Amino acid sequence: MSLITGFLFVVIAPLVGGLLSGIDRKLTARMQGRIGPPLLQPFYDVEKLFQKENLVARHTQNLYMEFFFVMTIFTGALFFSGGDLLLVIFSLTLAGVFFALGGYKASSPYSFIGAQRETLQMMAYEPAVLLVAVGMYMVTKSFQVADIIAYPKPLILDLPGFFLAFFFILAIKFRKSPFDLSTSHHAHQELVKGITTEFSGRTLALIEIAHWYEYVFVLGIGYLFFAWNMWIGLVVTFFLFELIIIIDNAAARVRWQWMVGGAWIIALIAGMGNILYLMLRH
Amino acid sequence: MGALSKSPWIIHYDGSSCNGCDIEVLAVLMPRFDLERFGVVNTGNPKHADILLLTGSINHQNAPIVKSIYDQMPEPKVVMAVGICATSGGIFRECYNVLGGADKVVPVDIYVPGCAVRPEALIDAAVQAVGLLDKKRAAALAAEKEKE
Repeated sequence: MSLITGFLFVVIAPLVGGLLSGIDRKLTARMQGRIGPPLLQPFYDVEKLFQKENLVARHTQNLYMEFFFVMTIFTGALFFSGGDLLLVIFSLTLAGVFFALGGYKASSPYSFIGAQRETLQMMAYEPAVLLVAVGMYMVTKSFQVADIIAYPKPLILDLPGFFLAFFFILAIKFRKSPFDLSTSHHAHQELVKGITTEFSGRTLALIEIAHWYEYVFVLGIGYLFFAWNMWIGLVVTFFLFELIIIIDNAAARVRWQWMVGGAWIIALIAGMGNILYLMLRH
Repeated sequence: MGALSKSPWIIHYDGSSCNGCDIEVLAVLMPRFDLERFGVVNTGNPKHADILLLTGSINHQNAPIVKSIYDQMPEPKVVMAVGICATSGGIFRECYNVLGGADKVVPVDIYVPGCAVRPEALIDAAVQAVGLLDKKRAAALAAEKEKE
């Protein structure tokens, strides 16, 4: 774990994230009884978007999304170079704020509602992400990702409650059903495209690539729970992603009250219960 | 094949259609025909779309809306008039409120007649539309080079 892995993340993550996105679409199509697009379809989409005209309502809206792109890469690179988990979470929040601000700046009613829902989503997942970092610190006595990975025992055995809370927010962070609120990926007619409605061409491609980075980074946090064995960790993380896709296709969307309430209550009960368990054990 | 022809995103606008063509349009996105095999996505957002798919005749009420959707789409873009009503006004041509086909307000590239249009004809039209997208992109690039 060093600068090299951080650099590798910057290069490889979009490829992995794009492939995951392709698997997502293929799996979704199979679950709906369709053949589905080719595995590399997300790459074709992004390549196309770079060739399209970039229409804007205001020019600054693109600037916010470029910052979102840069901050997302920074977050992931920090995480994969073994940096401080708290700093990673702080940087993740900043990226999310830029994303929401871009939606607000576009000043269309649809992107406005999308941005409002994005802030609600951040509100929902933020406590759980912080608790996960706290839990990992309680076990490994370090906030450094490198130290957490080097911990010899599987963290999942000590932190099952935190893992439950993390799994709950995984769907929120991926913007998948039942918490597909801000981008309304499946319900086009309701919010058009939510927060990304007003973005086209190159900027939309950047948002898409940033989401690929996000996929890999968030799954990286999931990997930490199983990091004592690399292969088991990778396989479990992959199945975690597949499980999210299956839930995405099987679940109806919930209202935001359910999302925020549910995420907080689970983070509180499972997370606090887990902390209590760790304290009593010592 | 360029990137444009590998991922054509569609926006579908129902002018004053009887819903016959609309149901056929949705049918080609369903499991039996599954246009997503070719990367086609029904976006519902003009700013993300490459192909404007119009059904139904154009009347005084929807003409400005069709124009506005067309203007919001980023270049290069293709317009498909689907069904006989969208191509010429069909049996509603003589109505007092009907202007005629889609080409009265926006430049139509591909006409797909039929009442209702057959899914096979629609798929054929979609294949032609993606070819046209690539051509338009090449033409735009050539025009840019000439300017320099």
